Amino acid sequence: MADGVMKRMSLIFKSKANKALDKYEDPRETLDYAYQKQLENMTQLRRSLADVATARKRIELQIKQVQQDSDKREQQARRALEMGREDLARDALTRRAEVQQQIASLTPQHENLVKQEENLTRAVKNAQAKVDAFRTQKETIKANYTAAQAQTRIAETLTGISEEMGDVGMAIQRAQDKTAQLQARADAMTELTATGALDDPLAQLTTGDDIDAELNRLSSGTGVDSELERMKLELAGGSTKQLEAGASGVAKPGAIQDAEEVKEGDSK
Amino acid sequence: MIVRILGEGQLTLQQSALDELNKLDDELMAAVRDGEEAKFRSAMDALLARVRELGEPLPVEEIKPSDFILPSADSSLDEVRDLLSSDGLIPG
Repeated sequence: MADGVMKRMSLIFKSKANKALDKYEDPRETLDYAYQKQLENMTQLRRSLADVATARKRIELQIKQVQQDSDKREQQARRALEMGREDLARDALTRRAEVQQQIASLTPQHENLVKQEENLTRAVKNAQAKVDAFRTQKETIKANYTAAQAQTRIAETLTGISEEMGDVGMAIQRAQDKTAQLQARADAMTELTATGALDDPLAQLTTGDDIDAELNRLSSGTGVDSELERMKLELAGGSTKQLEAGASGVAKPGAIQDAEEVKEGDSK
Repeated sequence: MIVRILGEGQLTLQQSALDELNKLDDELMAAVRDGEEAKFRSAMDALLARVRELGEPLPVEEIKPSDFILPSADSSLDEVRDLLSSDGLIPG
């Protein structure tokens, strides 16, 4: 039985409490010391909760940005197809697939943090209740102190509270490890982005990228073409000539429409 | 008897449950010793589930030492091994 996990772990906690008890001549001092430690634990626990909440919000923001990037790629692909540029559409959709992978890797991290946050919130609530209970209990023990009777009760209370603190301490450690991991990953991403090794979705969103540039060039190209047609029309002195020009293959059907629109605009 | 599941709190169980829990615990200990991940996971889940099923949560105002302590449900095999091999890892 002493070989089991359950018993071993409880013995470890008991020996910790006994070591603490041995440090003081008057066992009542141990209670005050444990209470101080407990208050420190509470502060750390609350800080960990705040850290996890911050990390959770940061990931939510990242997911939102990446989602926007994915939407943008889809629009690009659509726009490119409308312009008959299947190659650009394929390019945009390929990048969209990469972005979707990022979302897939961020989502479980987010779920993990939400769970951590729930656990810590519960831990804070329980630990606060324990702190309050312990404060009352230790004062009662101290008030009724007679060395012979109190020794056992103090040892028990101390073991109980040291278990509680060990528990809280591990919750804190776990939360810190988790947020540190995420921080390290975020830092690594920033570094890679800074060196240009990774696409930064946010930068692409604000400044546009090569696909945008190509699409814009195509759009402005169309504008130049229609402008040319309009000028040709003016020089030829009428739309009938322009139709002839169209028939000869110089002008596109779209250019005629553009030219008409321009004329309507002129008449205003 | 009182059993604590780290990260969850303490539960009161009938003394009569001890034999059954010990059996499950032996399997867990064997899995930890052998370093068998799959066995460890199922033994942990089985033991924790049984403790939760048989136990009544201890009111949070009670400050009592536990007779038995169990790792938190999401502990890895390595973490449990570390917990058992050195008390330095348990803060407080």
